[in-house]
Amino acid sequence: MKKFLAQSYIYILLVMLYAPLVIIVVFSFTEARALGNWTGFSTQLYESLFTGGMRNSEALSAALKNTLIIATVSALVATLLGTISSIGIYNLRGRRRKAITFLNNIPMLNPDIITGVSLFLLFVSLGISQGYTTVILAHITFCTPFVVLNVMPRLTQLNPNIYEAALDLGATPMQALRKVIIPQLRGSMLTGFILSFAMSIDDFVVTVFTKGNQGLETLSTFIYNDARKGGLTPELRPLMSIVFLTILILLIIGNIRSSKQAKNKKK
Amino acid sequence: MADNKDVIINIEHVSKNFGEKVVLDDINLQIKRGEFITFLGPSGCGKTTLLRIIGGFFMPSGGKVEMEGKDLLALPPHQRPLNTVFQRYALFPHLDVYDNVAFGLKLKKEDNEVIAEKVTKVLRMVGMSDYEDRDVNSLSGGQQQRIAIARAIVNQPKILLLDEPLSALDLKMRKDMQIELKEMHQKLGITFVYVTHDQEEALTLSDTIVVMNEGKIQQIGTPEDIYNEPQNAFVADFIGESNILVGTMIEDRKVSFIGHEFVCVDEGFEPNEAVDVVLRPEDIYIMNKVEGAQFTAVVKSCTFKGVHNEIFVETENGFELMIQDYNHFEPGNTVGLIIKPADIHVMKKECLSNVFEGEVSAQGEVTFLDTVFDCNTEGFEVGDKVKVDVAFEKVDLLDHKEDSDLRGFVSFILYKGDHYHLTITTEGGDKLYVNTNDVWDKLDTVGVNINAEDIRLTKLEA
Amino acid sequence: MNKRSNWAIPYAIFLAFFVVLPLILIFVYAFRNTGGGFTFQNFIKFFNEPEVFNTFLYSIEIAAYNTAICLLLGYPAAYILSNNKLNKSAITIMLFVLPMSINALIRTLATVELFDILNVALGEGTLIFGMVYNFLPFMIYPIYNTLRKIDPSYYEAAQDLGASPFKTFTKVTFPLSMPGIQSGITMVFMPTISTFAISEFLTNNKIKLFGTIIQENINSSFWNYGSALSLIMLAIIALTTIVTGDSSADAQKGEQTV
Repeated sequence: MKKFLAQSYIYILLVMLYAPLVIIVVFSFTEARALGNWTGFSTQLYESLFTGGMRNSEALSAALKNTLIIATVSALVATLLGTISSIGIYNLRGRRRKAITFLNNIPMLNPDIITGVSLFLLFVSLGISQGYTTVILAHITFCTPFVVLNVMPRLTQLNPNIYEAALDLGATPMQALRKVIIPQLRGSMLTGFILSFAMSIDDFVVTVFTKGNQGLETLSTFIYNDARKGGLTPELRPLMSIVFLTILILLIIGNIRSSKQAKNKKK
Repeated sequence: MADNKDVIINIEHVSKNFGEKVVLDDINLQIKRGEFITFLGPSGCGKTTLLRIIGGFFMPSGGKVEMEGKDLLALPPHQRPLNTVFQRYALFPHLDVYDNVAFGLKLKKEDNEVIAEKVTKVLRMVGMSDYEDRDVNSLSGGQQQRIAIARAIVNQPKILLLDEPLSALDLKMRKDMQIELKEMHQKLGITFVYVTHDQEEALTLSDTIVVMNEGKIQQIGTPEDIYNEPQNAFVADFIGESNILVGTMIEDRKVSFIGHEFVCVDEGFEPNEAVDVVLRPEDIYIMNKVEGAQFTAVVKSCTFKGVHNEIFVETENGFELMIQDYNHFEPGNTVGLIIKPADIHVMKKECLSNVFEGEVSAQGEVTFLDTVFDCNTEGFEVGDKVKVDVAFEKVDLLDHKEDSDLRGFVSFILYKGDHYHLTITTEGGDKLYVNTNDVWDKLDTVGVNINAEDIRLTKLEA
Repeated sequence: MNKRSNWAIPYAIFLAFFVVLPLILIFVYAFRNTGGGFTFQNFIKFFNEPEVFNTFLYSIEIAAYNTAICLLLGYPAAYILSNNKLNKSAITIMLFVLPMSINALIRTLATVELFDILNVALGEGTLIFGMVYNFLPFMIYPIYNTLRKIDPSYYEAAQDLGASPFKTFTKVTFPLSMPGIQSGITMVFMPTISTFAISEFLTNNKIKLFGTIIQENINSSFWNYGSALSLIMLAIIALTTIVTGDSSADAQKGEQTV
């Protein structure tokens, strides 16, 4: 009985949490322009989304392209920068290590709006015209800490003798890094990349502050503008469904990977 | 010396500090070609540090290390013609057994066929044929150990360094691997430098043992030398079981201890020189009759230890001795004891009393060990440099370290039959020796007190 | 080997340039007027402008409601999820965590559509409901994490010493889960104040929260005033961190990675 009540409570909360998402997904498969009006199953909205039948489909495909480019570049740079820095931080001791770890935590703890405002001020006071570059730099700023967070623990849990063993067997320090250390980090680097990619696609606030006014739009700012013009365009329902599913899949992969790594750790 | 052809590694005046801490202090050592040499000592004695200096993972703070007459320190680890077996194997987890073993050969860009041949051969040698494709994480500790050894020796190093390679294995496995290591050493004919804290392992495996403690070499010798002729109380205590007793060398081949005079084989001491005497517990003959015995004692306890009995006796004048014998002796019985001359090992005492340099800092006060002590300074001027002498028995140790200006911890304990001989390391890093009947534990923090009348001063010439 | 530590240098410079310097700029801009001179005017304006100041107080009020409701709804959920007897599946907690990572804006728009279908008039009620919907996972997860890490032998010990299940909860479980609660409060309270755009969508532009005010000012080129408002928000963040005693940056890091 107790168990039944407890389970029911959990399921009621889950239904509440997912209801809006489910409704969007469900009503993306019907033709009706108005939400809540089921007129039978149809993929017409999807077709219209992809064939450019909606009123500003060109802007949408541009936004989609921008989002993917920004996410790919930011996640790649963040992964590289984060990995190299993790190796550096790992070899640091004492106060310097503490200082850089502290700084690394700041972007993770700051609310998005503070990150957004502060980067906006940086770019305007340096007179950098805002656009692609500034958005990518901003995304690298909030993604890299998560890469460090994923790579660092893997690095510390490596047997320190492994690096020495490689040197001992005749590898130069660079070879030891390439042949022994990097292969060990590959998993956590990939997890870091996936997380960064998902966070970049997902970001709205920081992008709004750093995209400038030259007409650069990403998916989230596009949706924001569209919604502000008075209700969602119906074609955005399939788009949002796709975004949900993409992010959910990325996160499920990321989560399974991290928990696998956690299990290996225990071995 | 370095041009001696038998010497493969020559270590001169090597020292290593980590910050303030001295880990190695003026190490001088020659390693002979082809020998199995073991660095033996308690944890923190510097043995692993010395091995890592040879391997190239630490640079010494001073001194030189040569291999076959060439400066080894100039070479980074990957260019040194030697290989290491690490304590926790350090196999590369992303590579299978074959690729782990082939790692060094591939870096040297050898032919794939040659590599395959060498790997197969070395895997057969360590008894791991057919394991080529296995994931190293799926192997047992003993198997990983074999792969680690194979990975090192496949490169045909001139020297194999082994850092406590058996410490992670269980007892049975350890014994088996000891035999295999010994056989492997004979088969390969290369120099093995082995690090362990296990004295039994060292005695079983080594041609030469280097006993180390607190960053210094205590004794270098064959296992027999080290066991039978320990050079100081630390070695005697660390290697095997022993009774260490205070004695006096009356004349050549005559020593007195536990209130009796014994014939021994040692010569070359001053008449009546104070010495330490080492008796191995298996070297004391114990019998139920007292006729024909050199002295008698009462059995305090007798415990069966599997092969032998461990018997504690108390002599008629109050000294406690440990004896090992195959027979059982009933506690409370009086027994007769005999010690043969060759079984008495006489060691020179390292020092007879605590000697420090100090300065008369005020009338009635002397400063040494960075501490001011009350003292009779009659006949000295303020500012005089003095030699301070304090007998071992006259140093008081206090539980309440707040009550004393000089503090330290117990760094070494030796039981000498009727009292304990302690080494106290002070906060300033100096050593102080204390004889006491009180029981202290190693690493206890203590306060040190010395009474004014127990401090003897001698003027040092300026 | 030691030279490897140099590999941290590019990132250190990056952090200095893109994290530290921008935060310093918030300070600098907050105390400057449009001419570039030093001034307190931006802060004085904040207190003297009823619209902004009231929005600020109202945001705190909404955040407080939101936090309280999230705690009331979230604690039992976290407790049930962490309890092996009541919940055996690891997937359930993942289902709770996943929405955390979907953009709050998109989730909000979806919620608004839901209200629309249900014919609920948008206003303060929907605002609070929408916020709870957005932030509940951020309350559940940290509490769940702390509860799960508690050694079950504590419960057994408490029961062994004669505590009833209820007493065990009030005297043992609840106090031990405090760090998670603190973490949850910080993770719900602060972002509620700082969200922008969300409250407008949820109330059909009837209610604005503080984050929106900041965004509007920056957007309309009132950089100095916007910076001063951001600085005030930073102060509130610092204050909540001190009040809840949540120094566990590590806990939050862990939560956000998932």
